[in-house]
Amino acid sequence: MSDWGMQKAALGERLAAGRRHAKGKTVPLPNLPAFLKAVIRSGDRVCLEGDNQKQADILASALANLDPAEVHDLHMVQSGVVLPAHLDIFEKGIARRLDFSYSGPQAARIAKMLFGRKIELGAVHTYLELFARYFIDLTPNVALIAAVSADKDGNLYTGPNTEDTPTVVEATSYKNGLVVAQVTEIVDKVPRVDIPGDLVHFVVEAGRPFYVEPLFTRDPAAITETQILTAMLAIKGIYAPYGVRRLNHGIGFNTAAIELLLPTYGEKLGLKGNICTHFALNPHPTLIPAIENGWVDQIHCFGSEVGMEDYVAARSDIFFTGPDGSLRSNRAFCQTAGLYACDMFIGSTLQIDLEGHSSTVTTSRIAGFGGAPNMGSDPRGRRHPSEPWLKAGAEAAPDAPAALRRGRKLVVQIGETFGDRNAPLFVERLDALELARALNLDLAPVMVYSDDVTHIVTEEGIANLLMCRTKDEREQAIRGVAGYTDIGRARDPKLVEQLRQRGVIRRPEDLGIDPLDADRRLLAARSIKDLMLASGGLYRPPSRFRNW
Amino acid sequence: MEKLSFRLSSPNSAGGTRTQAIVGVVASGNLEVLLERTSPADVCTIEIATAAHGFGLVWDAVVRDFAARRSAGGLRISINDGGARPDTVALRLAQGVRKIEEPER
Repeated sequence: MSDWGMQKAALGERLAAGRRHAKGKTVPLPNLPAFLKAVIRSGDRVCLEGDNQKQADILASALANLDPAEVHDLHMVQSGVVLPAHLDIFEKGIARRLDFSYSGPQAARIAKMLFGRKIELGAVHTYLELFARYFIDLTPNVALIAAVSADKDGNLYTGPNTEDTPTVVEATSYKNGLVVAQVTEIVDKVPRVDIPGDLVHFVVEAGRPFYVEPLFTRDPAAITETQILTAMLAIKGIYAPYGVRRLNHGIGFNTAAIELLLPTYGEKLGLKGNICTHFALNPHPTLIPAIENGWVDQIHCFGSEVGMEDYVAARSDIFFTGPDGSLRSNRAFCQTAGLYACDMFIGSTLQIDLEGHSSTVTTSRIAGFGGAPNMGSDPRGRRHPSEPWLKAGAEAAPDAPAALRRGRKLVVQIGETFGDRNAPLFVERLDALELARALNLDLAPVMVYSDDVTHIVTEEGIANLLMCRTKDEREQAIRGVAGYTDIGRARDPKLVEQLRQRGVIRRPEDLGIDPLDADRRLLAARSIKDLMLASGGLYRPPSRFRNW
Repeated sequence: MEKLSFRLSSPNSAGGTRTQAIVGVVASGNLEVLLERTSPADVCTIEIATAAHGFGLVWDAVVRDFAARRSAGGLRISINDGGARPDTVALRLAQGVRKIEEPER
């Protein structure tokens, strides 16, 4: 005779152990170490909330301060490995196994610890993929989450940075897991209920807000003229001919430049209303001028962005906001939107090889993926048509019968041929392969696979890989926009010229782009201060971006 | 400072009537390009003074492409380089031939 209530009973034991350190649902901050020790068991699967933006930082530090003699062998399942504490947990032997998605700021240390066998790696995921696994085979026993405020019943207000919280709570709480939230303050009534209190078991009043990284803020002052040229190429050579209205922009100066060229260059080309009307995107400050000029109809957000809260609240026609007026973000829904309801992803990368595989991994840095491979992939389950999707599909398979031809999502990699510290964007062999060999991984960490990427844009031109028919054509199309990198200089000039005649490669001069327009005066805002002014003072840049 | 010098055939002469044009700035990672209409009509000469040593082969590739792709005949071009990347150099050169075509303002 089976006992079908073992998980409920185990949760009951954890709740009873936790209540000894709490008053109702509230755990006083000084009790946090003893509380965590009481509710977390060695070998637990623990989700410590944190992604590329918000962080349950108080809970992360408390977890890292546990005694590994008492709590050990945890299996961490979390979106982001971002805070030093996230890796201290492994350094100290509290946790052993890791499944994650993004590790930007800890890229160097996580690589070192993987090589030093301090971490047993499950896999590096996209956000949506990791969320999916929370419901199948990586369901947390304990979730440590972050919110702005709570009431005494545990109802949570997450504010503009809701992000991963609903997904983590759903997977944990409905499967007999324990949910612990850190909040800035406990209030009588929360401004809105983002997470219902009956799913939240304990609340810790941290007395200060959870940490949020302003990851999506790009200072227009740092945009170069080469980036402006590259952005003009993308707008005139891809956005315009495909009529891309629904899209996602990656992080980076190239896409920031595109955002800032819409009200100037885009306007001059008569593209307003025909491109960039619907976004799956965080509230990028560099999009303010385009929004203010009436370019954008609607934006759904993964998370918020530091300083954009008041602006977003004042633009509820554009953004999703709650009855309290503030932004409601949701990473899982926005990732789904980016996968299925967008016709284009455009973003930068660190390395592209001769087939078109791209990766942000270098031998000493593992930055993870975040959402890029999800947005930057062709969804095979998509069934609704749209003009850009059908046009791209037709370019890839011109001879297939139209009614049975899949469309294609536009997946665009954009960048200058030489990146940071003059590192070439184009390489013979991805560093990711070396890393996979050294760590004995089954899969090299590839951000965008070659068969998903449709276009590569550099200052030298656009390579349309949809129109390449052979492996050799594809290689020459890539070499043909690789500039003066070793890869670019080793091109076959005759073949590249033929590809250009066929429109597979298009140069600025082929598109009638005047190099004299590649001027910073073309940017709709040239500084953070300009962005603030364009927002009518609603955007409040974080102090690190204020230089006036 | 490394000095490089090229004399290239450029079949298309630079447009416009301006006698000279200047683009860019001398700064780290940037360059200043002075263009003067003083060479024979099918020749482009380029003098480079650069702060970055050992990039002769890349300069060679950049300026040869430039002379072949753009209307650079008749120009004497002097480059004062602060270690700009090749993409920046190519952009400045393209801007230079466009600027010398423009009517004087």
